[in-house]
Amino acid sequence: MATTGTNELSPALRAEIDRWVARFPEGRQRSAVIAALHAAQHENHGYLTRELMEGVAAYLGMPVIQVYEVATFYSMFETKPVGRHSISVCTNISCMLCGGEKILEHVEKRLGIKVGESSPDGRFYLKREEECLAACCGAPMMMVDHRYYENLTPARVDEILDGIDDAGESSHD
Amino acid sequence: MTDAGRYEHNLVCFATLGKDQPASLRTYRELGGYEVWEKILSGALTREQIIDSVKASGLRGRGGAGFPTGVKWSFMPKDSPGQKYVVCNSDESEPGTCHDREILRFNPHSVIEGMAIGGFAMGATVGYNYIRGEFLDEPVPVFEAAVQEAYAAGLLGRNIRGSGIDFDLQTFVGAGAYICGEETGLLESLEGKPGKPRFKPPFPAAFGLYGRPTTINNTQSFASVPTILRRGPQWFADLGPEGSGGTGLFSVSGHVARPGNFELPLGIPFRDLLEIAGGVREERGLKAVIPGGSSVPVVPGAVIMDATMDYNSLKNIGTSLGTGAVIVMDDTTCMVSVLRRIARFYYAESCGQCTPCREGTGWLYRMLSRILDGQGRREDLKLLLDVANRIEGHTICALGDAAAWPVQSFLRHFMPEFEYMIEHRGRSIVESRPEAA
Repeated sequence: MATTGTNELSPALRAEIDRWVARFPEGRQRSAVIAALHAAQHENHGYLTRELMEGVAAYLGMPVIQVYEVATFYSMFETKPVGRHSISVCTNISCMLCGGEKILEHVEKRLGIKVGESSPDGRFYLKREEECLAACCGAPMMMVDHRYYENLTPARVDEILDGIDDAGESSHD
Repeated sequence: MTDAGRYEHNLVCFATLGKDQPASLRTYRELGGYEVWEKILSGALTREQIIDSVKASGLRGRGGAGFPTGVKWSFMPKDSPGQKYVVCNSDESEPGTCHDREILRFNPHSVIEGMAIGGFAMGATVGYNYIRGEFLDEPVPVFEAAVQEAYAAGLLGRNIRGSGIDFDLQTFVGAGAYICGEETGLLESLEGKPGKPRFKPPFPAAFGLYGRPTTINNTQSFASVPTILRRGPQWFADLGPEGSGGTGLFSVSGHVARPGNFELPLGIPFRDLLEIAGGVREERGLKAVIPGGSSVPVVPGAVIMDATMDYNSLKNIGTSLGTGAVIVMDDTTCMVSVLRRIARFYYAESCGQCTPCREGTGWLYRMLSRILDGQGRREDLKLLLDVANRIEGHTICALGDAAAWPVQSFLRHFMPEFEYMIEHRGRSIVESRPEAA
């Protein structure tokens, strides 16, 4: 739990965590851990490092193991390095019925990687999405850096992937 | 054939849809928004009156379980001192369900007013809206902006407009876990822990968030409350048949010509709802429907065609209204493939604390995979059912039941498809058709 120099969080990250801590009663700052990990992951271009998790634990006064537990329980947190742009193609029931699997295959072919992998240049991460993303009436759909794209066709997917701007809204959470 | 055109749409939760700036305070107010809350602030409504009205309206929890909302509210201890909480469950993640996202994006003030009313009725001065993490980009900022607007208009805070009433509302953002839609898993998550459901009793009304009395309701349930109190419980109850007051938000997806979210009175015949969604795509035959999200039993098309979309009618045909997510499958659908996808989902989302669910969901998935891979054995069908039956009712939360019911119902209604695939080493009955799912 000790704070060490290497685990210091950035001022921006600390300010963001403080904003969340203020939403909970005195002494309940543990409730801010999910928000803290979202912010830390965002700052680190899409994945958490051990140092970041330790830094969050120290800042919130939590045992590190409790932060690891949260980081590994929730599917939106990555605890290994992944590509900067996160792509989740929904293949749950409504999307499956409308060709979601074919959209996923198309993305795999186009990026030259399999689901669960990142592209060698570190630009893309094709996440294995298990959950339904709650856009079933616009099936098939995918999420790119948190943004929803619905009623997909292979041509539309190409357009979306071509339009990803590394300089702009670049990193997912 | 039917008179699907006669229904009034968007009577309650979707009232602002299609209006200019639907999420704004101005639009919400133009439709009577916050009238009830202001009446409460002026002292003209008591807690008992509110709870009695919600009970009389027939509103039942729209998150899937269908428990009467007013009764749930009455479980909160009335006069115990100390902090109490209301929590809104916007962790919308039941497969096929996508209407709470629309409420958050287009009518957020209805949720805010509903939570404030609920908070007052139950003596809770703090509310949290738990929104799923994947909604981070659009629903979360829209909802948070609405909360800020409500604060700026003096509708939230401490001693609101000198009424002596306090209500503070905070947004919480999850991080991807279906299990957090289970209300005690959600509370664990709100406390900063893995979302593993709690053993009950004690129920949240006695021991909830931080151990304090807490009531959790679904987004749609809260969003319905202001209209119930404004137009009267009888008006709401009369929208639907006996036992199913109000409107349903039907997310119609899958093999229909015009998928969409439709707010319609409960009790609407399924055939009319299907027509509103454009009918089965390419005028194909209706094979099967899952009428309430992937956790509820599947029913053959011919059976649901004569049912109505309400709690009792769907119960009578062996399924459930669930979340109102209507998943439509046409006659090209391979039911074995669909069941395997559903099984994979519960396997991935089981939190792992109960052995029957942790082990059983994976076992179901592996057996279904081997049938699809042409390695199925005849005895697998009996074993699938046996494993499902041993999960059902033997776990802390309902995820176990939700994993079992699809297996039981798919086998009950579509056994010949499973038998065919085993006999033909992975070949589906519908395989010769190019569009098969």
